[in-house]
Amino acid sequence: MLTDHLLSLITFLPLVGMVLILLIPKDRLGAIRWTAAAATGVTLALSCWLWFGPFDAAIGGIQLRESAPWIPAFNIHYTMGVDGLSLPLVFLSALIHFVAVFASWNIKKQAKGYFALLMLLEVGVNGVFLALDFFLFYVFWEIMLLPMYFLIGIWGGERREYAAIKFFLYTLAGSVLMLVALVAIWLKSGGMSGGTFDLLVLQEMARNWAADPSTFLGMKFTTWIFWFLFIGFAIKIPVFPFHTWLPDAHVQAPTPISVILAGILLKLGAYGMLRINFPLAPDAFHHFAYALAVLGAINIVYGAYVAMGQTDFKRMVAYSSVSHMGYFLLGAAAWTFTGLNGATLQLFTHGTSSAMLFLIVGVVYDRLHHRNLNDFGGLGKRMPYYMGLSIVGMFAALGLPGLSGFISEAMTLMGSYQVYPVLVIVSTLGILMTAAFLLYAIQRVFLGPLPEKYESVPDINGREAFCMIPFAFLCVLVGVLPSLILDKMGPTLELLRDQLAAVVGG
Amino acid sequence: MLASLLQHGAGTAGHAAVAAGAAAEAFGPATAGWLLAVPLLPLAAWVVQILVGRWLPRQGDWLPTGAMGAAAVIAIWHFVKVLALHDPEFDLAAAVELPRWKFFFSDPSLTTGLAGFSAGILYDNVSAALLAMVALVSFLVHLFSVGYMQGDSRYNVFFSNLALFTFAMLALVISDNLLFFFVFWEIMGLCSYLLIGHLAADRKEPKMSAAWASMKAFMTTRIGDICLFIGMMMMWKAFGTLSFRELYAAVEAHVAGHGGDWSPWLTGAGIMMFLGAVGKSAQFPLHVWLPDAMEGPTPVSAMIHAATMVAAGVYLTARIYLLLSPTAQLVVACVGGFTALFAATIGITQFDIKKVLAWSTISQLGYMICAIGAGGVAAGLFHMLTHAFFKACLFLGSGSVIHGCHHEQDMRKMGGLRKKMPITYLAMLVSTLAISGVPLFAGYYSKDTIIAKALERGLAEGGLIWALPFWLLVVAAAITSFYMFRLIFMTFHGRPRAHCSEHAHESPWTMTVPLIVLGTLAVLGGKFWLLDPLGAFSAGGEWFTELVHDPVHFVDHETAHHAHLTAMGWSLAAAGGGIFLSCLFYLWRRLDPARVAAALGACYRLVYDKYRFDELYLATVVRGSLVVSHLAAWLDRTFVDGLVNAVGRIMAGLGTASAATDRVVVDGAVNFVGEATAAAGQRLRRLQTGRIQQYAYFTFAGAVVLAAVVLYRVF
Amino acid sequence: MELSAYLAVAALLFLIGLVMVAARRNLIYVLMGLELILNAANLNLVAFNRFRPEGMEGHLDGQIGAVFVIILAAAEAAIALAIVLNIHSLFETIRPDDIDTLKD
Repeated sequence: MLTDHLLSLITFLPLVGMVLILLIPKDRLGAIRWTAAAATGVTLALSCWLWFGPFDAAIGGIQLRESAPWIPAFNIHYTMGVDGLSLPLVFLSALIHFVAVFASWNIKKQAKGYFALLMLLEVGVNGVFLALDFFLFYVFWEIMLLPMYFLIGIWGGERREYAAIKFFLYTLAGSVLMLVALVAIWLKSGGMSGGTFDLLVLQEMARNWAADPSTFLGMKFTTWIFWFLFIGFAIKIPVFPFHTWLPDAHVQAPTPISVILAGILLKLGAYGMLRINFPLAPDAFHHFAYALAVLGAINIVYGAYVAMGQTDFKRMVAYSSVSHMGYFLLGAAAWTFTGLNGATLQLFTHGTSSAMLFLIVGVVYDRLHHRNLNDFGGLGKRMPYYMGLSIVGMFAALGLPGLSGFISEAMTLMGSYQVYPVLVIVSTLGILMTAAFLLYAIQRVFLGPLPEKYESVPDINGREAFCMIPFAFLCVLVGVLPSLILDKMGPTLELLRDQLAAVVGG
Repeated sequence: MLASLLQHGAGTAGHAAVAAGAAAEAFGPATAGWLLAVPLLPLAAWVVQILVGRWLPRQGDWLPTGAMGAAAVIAIWHFVKVLALHDPEFDLAAAVELPRWKFFFSDPSLTTGLAGFSAGILYDNVSAALLAMVALVSFLVHLFSVGYMQGDSRYNVFFSNLALFTFAMLALVISDNLLFFFVFWEIMGLCSYLLIGHLAADRKEPKMSAAWASMKAFMTTRIGDICLFIGMMMMWKAFGTLSFRELYAAVEAHVAGHGGDWSPWLTGAGIMMFLGAVGKSAQFPLHVWLPDAMEGPTPVSAMIHAATMVAAGVYLTARIYLLLSPTAQLVVACVGGFTALFAATIGITQFDIKKVLAWSTISQLGYMICAIGAGGVAAGLFHMLTHAFFKACLFLGSGSVIHGCHHEQDMRKMGGLRKKMPITYLAMLVSTLAISGVPLFAGYYSKDTIIAKALERGLAEGGLIWALPFWLLVVAAAITSFYMFRLIFMTFHGRPRAHCSEHAHESPWTMTVPLIVLGTLAVLGGKFWLLDPLGAFSAGGEWFTELVHDPVHFVDHETAHHAHLTAMGWSLAAAGGGIFLSCLFYLWRRLDPARVAAALGACYRLVYDKYRFDELYLATVVRGSLVVSHLAAWLDRTFVDGLVNAVGRIMAGLGTASAATDRVVVDGAVNFVGEATAAAGQRLRRLQTGRIQQYAYFTFAGAVVLAAVVLYRVF
Repeated sequence: MELSAYLAVAALLFLIGLVMVAARRNLIYVLMGLELILNAANLNLVAFNRFRPEGMEGHLDGQIGAVFVIILAAAEAAIALAIVLNIHSLFETIRPDDIDTLKD
């Protein structure tokens, strides 16, 4: 009974939380926080149950499908479903939002509005991962955009308006391109006479589009929609050269929002590529895969180098995200089974490790009120537990075996090496630089003599540890037992890979 | 030709079956469990120690130490069983069903790519010997640390890291595939980072130099690691497997399929994988991290230099030997030989007792690498084992000296410690004799074999370049014995030269027991000649080379025997010459080293400064990376982000312009009407004074005008 | 008597009333001026009735109009005085120049 509408529950429970929060008087902070925690907590519990309960790993395709007519005039349906690609990301989203609530415990300024927006954000994110109707997908995509704008623009740092507007405009530009593609696809699929937004149906139709030789302004239809969708999603990932909103947004956003941004929002773009972009334009993807792989390699190396050149702790971590998301693009472009699994796992592992890194930055910022790497030092002496957790997070990020980052990076690189050996070898430079800047950061923050002014800095408290430990645990768990996740993803990704191979004949 | 080169031993199928049967009898079905327990015991100790170690009695130091002790017992027990089998072809996998771990995907229906990968246990003669050695030496280092690290502010953390380090090395030794090898290889990298930098996070007086050293170690070895990873990917792409055994067969088939020629990419892949060993085993040109690694506490140095980290590089080279093309082998041999000599020269000039030992380690590793490159896989591994014993002994001995001298490391301030620390002295002397290659001591047998192998290969291949390794090694042998005895004489002989050495004292039992055990092994670890003293001098009979055979023989038995004798002569002469020269300088003081140094001038300075490689790397690689990164950051800020902002500004400008048009032209017309009305109103409203009397005037005036109009029709 | 004599007296009364309305600095006098103007008109009405043309005898239109005006004036005076009282209580003055809020 519950399983019939499980996906809708996971998506809309936070909305219930939001309504409840809006009903609570604004000065009852405790009630607001606990309502938020309860709403996200139940969502997390449901997504755990989804993982271990009704989800059948052996099925590669869509499961637990829900469908109902929504706007019959345009053949728009409310269709939800889950498969091995979205399952880990839904779980990650639920976890990150749950942790974000606790990471937001200290927010006093207009807390009611803050938590309400946070809930709305989770609705959007979960909806994007579970929607199977392109129109529904787009609606959730836009729902998610709005709270993010306000969360950065109201609760951010000194230059929050600039960052928020930059974020908003960038993402909106992407959305507009996606909207154009959405309409084009709908018209192509039949428009008012039989057009559809159902992604599964569209994927089937895409085979015919690929075979259609007619062009518009010198490019095939699939090429057009491929690039429109790609740029739309690439901005979100973010792919070089569309990445500059990310550091600004991260630096200005409050810690929990940075955690959400790096942990889950960046994955939406990647998810969109795998779910919509590549399957709907398989021939174009095949044709431009090398360009995508080059972009991925640029992301990896360039992001790592730029991160090395930062003095702001948070900016450095933000650029490390740019670098790490490059692995996804590289592995996805290679489209081998190993590379694809590695790339998708990278979404999960980066979600955990980057969330942890931003929590780490948040802890030190809360205590010392600055983020200048050159002005720290010796904190390991006063904050040994914090140092221990930070080392787990940072080494997970730099791809140390035994921690999650290694599994995904190794799989991505090994899978991509089958197709693009030179690019992979170039990318290894990024691995080296990642190690360099993270170790240099550890050194500047934790090691050496402790300056007098930081003599009374307290170690992390229970709440902060509670936020970090789930991620640290996941970093270790996935690093040691990657099959826990890979078994769930494998069949779906194999199906996905075969679908595309069937179109391009590879 | 090649097929004959690649033949493995001489056993027939029937012989193999018999041997497997014997092995199956010796090793029951529980063997896999026992073997896994060896690495898992320290792992478990680590988990407990890292979580609750702080609150355990004695900060839990007994836990990793005890776990290591148990692991050592298991490892040695199994090794003894292997020894008893005495089968050069022994492989546990052939005898017992071993578990396999489908690591990435446990779902058996998935087999594509890495989904088909599974990890297993490799337990043959080499792993057996190595496992026992690593477990034993690590246990002794743990024991030693109990005494040495007393009073350290992060005592519990130190032990947990040490346990993890050992776990990684033990697991690496029994990994049967490159990927897991790489995994544990990297975990060791992490542990070395944490342990070298141990004092950088000290709660009392953190050492910044340790922080830099740890970072340097991690980054330098990581360069090698990445090369190893690339080599691994090349192999995987070509052959679709990472298991050592399958790779051997695949490469052999590949080479046979190409008419016995090695493809250039195979050479490249081999060299790439070897570069991993170059990093971990501190070979030229990635040797720079190891001397700096002395910033770690001394037990860590012993651990890194003897049992774990650097040994892993040698072990890797041995494991991939069959994947190396002849060209790659030449590269390996030359890198090893050059490093052996190069590091030895630097060893002469150093004064820090640990630095001397560090350079000697690099030099000795050069021997091992060179031996493997030259085809003497067994010889290289043999030297790795004996070296582990005497180098661990030397490091722990130096630790004991440093402990006794209140943390003084400069040999110029020592002297005359012989009487104050007799056990330490004896252990170190024995180890020095071993490292110098004096007969009867362990190092002699292994080193001798290495030099013989280098000569053999030189004879087999002919040509100048293949003769190089042999001569490099002989010269290095002379220098080794020179600087090692210099160390002994400066530290233990003569008179105390400073306050600290006058008040030195012998260390507690936890520190001397490991010294005694290791010292004994430094004597008997090469050949157990106690029962047969005369056999000590005859050729052959070393336990290791009997147990482990070289996979390829380049010369026939006759030539080998001949080469062995020649090599023995050269190596004895080199050792003797070195010791004699050392006595002249430092024991009998017939020559003054300072004057020789002054006479050599700039040359001496160059060697003393380690050929300025640190400066070179700092100026090129490190600065280069930093400059590039700052450039990239600047580019990102000004150009990429600048472009975005420029687009933003242009858009905003266009917006302003269109707004202006709208305001001036379109809205202008509308506004004009409105404004004109308003202006008229403004003017007219002045009439409205609000004074009724005025209004009355106006009314009257209006009435007059109206009257005039009506009456006289004026308008 | 001539009609013009009545008219001249009425005109004089009107002028005096007008000047009072326009120039006095006290609302009471202004009201009195108004009364004078009204009475000037009354005088005219009565005079014109007295000197009505031939064939219009029996018509008392002028007188009736004058009576109406008197009644109106009384009512007006009552209302106006009430307004003046209110103005006084609101502005605390009855100088017409000070009361110019009408302009806004």
